[in-house]
Amino acid sequence: MPAYGVNTPPMDATKPIPTTVCKLSVSDLNFYYGDFQALKNISMEIFANQVTAFIGPSGCGKSTFLRTLNRMNETVRGSRAEGQILLDGVSILDQEVAYVRRRVGMVFQRSNPFPKSIFDNVAYGLRINGLATRATLREKVENSLRRAALWDEVKDKLNQSAYGLSGGQQQRLCIARALAVDPEVLLLDEPCSALDPIATAKIEDLIFQLKSSCTIVIVTHNMQQAARVADNTGFFLLGRLIEFDNTAVIFKNPAKKETEDYVTGRFG
Amino acid sequence: MRHFVEELEQLKTKLLEMSAIVESSIQRSISAVTQKDRTAAEEVFRTETRINAIEIEIDEFAINLLALNQPMAADLRLIVAALKINTDLERMGDLAVSIAERALSLMEGPIITPMIDIPHIAGLVQSMVRKALDAFVHRDADLARSVLASDDAVDSLRTACYHELTSFMEKDPSNIQQALNLMVVIRNLERIADHSTNIAEDVLFLVKGIDVRHQAEVRPSAVG
Repeated sequence: MPAYGVNTPPMDATKPIPTTVCKLSVSDLNFYYGDFQALKNISMEIFANQVTAFIGPSGCGKSTFLRTLNRMNETVRGSRAEGQILLDGVSILDQEVAYVRRRVGMVFQRSNPFPKSIFDNVAYGLRINGLATRATLREKVENSLRRAALWDEVKDKLNQSAYGLSGGQQQRLCIARALAVDPEVLLLDEPCSALDPIATAKIEDLIFQLKSSCTIVIVTHNMQQAARVADNTGFFLLGRLIEFDNTAVIFKNPAKKETEDYVTGRFG
Repeated sequence: MRHFVEELEQLKTKLLEMSAIVESSIQRSISAVTQKDRTAAEEVFRTETRINAIEIEIDEFAINLLALNQPMAADLRLIVAALKINTDLERMGDLAVSIAERALSLMEGPIITPMIDIPHIAGLVQSMVRKALDAFVHRDADLARSVLASDDAVDSLRTACYHELTSFMEKDPSNIQQALNLMVVIRNLERIADHSTNIAEDVLFLVKGIDVRHQAEVRPSAVG
């Protein structure tokens, strides 16, 4: 608690979106699975070192949108994207796909550790990308595990199977694996949906810590989670971005009726 | 979800019950002063306990809604506004008690000064209370704005009354006790008007999601 007479900074939960660097700029993005149009004219800017959350009902396109940000959707046969996604001002389509995915890492809903040791899971990306020498590999693995707030729990069993970890630890291991190649953007697709509240709290703390070094984009079904962790929140519905604003605005006084209906649970 | 919506309705209903009791208490306290109505004053004292009990009931109910439902957007604004309006209503009830106490003192002797503008200021204050509560009931932002506009008129009337009472005291020091009692009545009426203004501001927050507190100098454009 501050002493009396000490000036404290203003408590402004509805702080405006700070003027900052635009990390990802999306313009007129349309995405199709065959004949089905999953995303319709999405335009938005995602700012560096902020947490951006996407909410919306199942099938609204939020995960599809997330996956377009590192070209993960290209793995779906018959899919195609129109429009532009710029990463630091350069189209991600003009860059090698592996390079894009190294810069824009991803963690999925269900933790998916490789059937390897804890150490080898984290070292995997570093090895295949040739990003570490034998001498620096251990240091980089430790650093990634520390950034993922997992080091203290696994430092004595680095050579044991990753499958021996709890669900929450496995998810943080996947985050450590993603962080190992030092991505500039981290995409999190419902990272806590299979976790208990304690593990969820650890991931949320981690998100707060990581945003100083990384831009974070998270898809979540848990609106309270979006409210807790995100600086900005976008609401998707039927493939459209209905509203995108400061998180406090979205949850306190949204501009669009559809958003209001969704966040108050009166949707449908 | 339906259960939560029903609970929000219960919160509104309970707040309306509180509003009706407080409004009636203010009305009685004014009658006690202007009509020398001892029965009305005693009814104000009796009602205070009920107002205090409902205040606690509403607070507890609203806090439970916040804790158990994690409300968002309009639901969140309703509960926050209800908590603040609840506090304002309880204080208005306290002020009515204070006015009724002064009314009893004023009844002890003949009125040596005319009632000057007290009925006028009381009428204006009652109108503000009524409009603020109607604005809440009907979620009427325009009506809430009209309450904000009335506050300055009450302040001016209070100042004029103070000047008049001061001159009565200067003319004859034996008027001091009664003039002081009347000053307290006027001050409490003016405070009730301030609480009505608070309620109107809460209604604007509820309906429009805007915060117009402490913006008197820019109010006409701020609430637009």
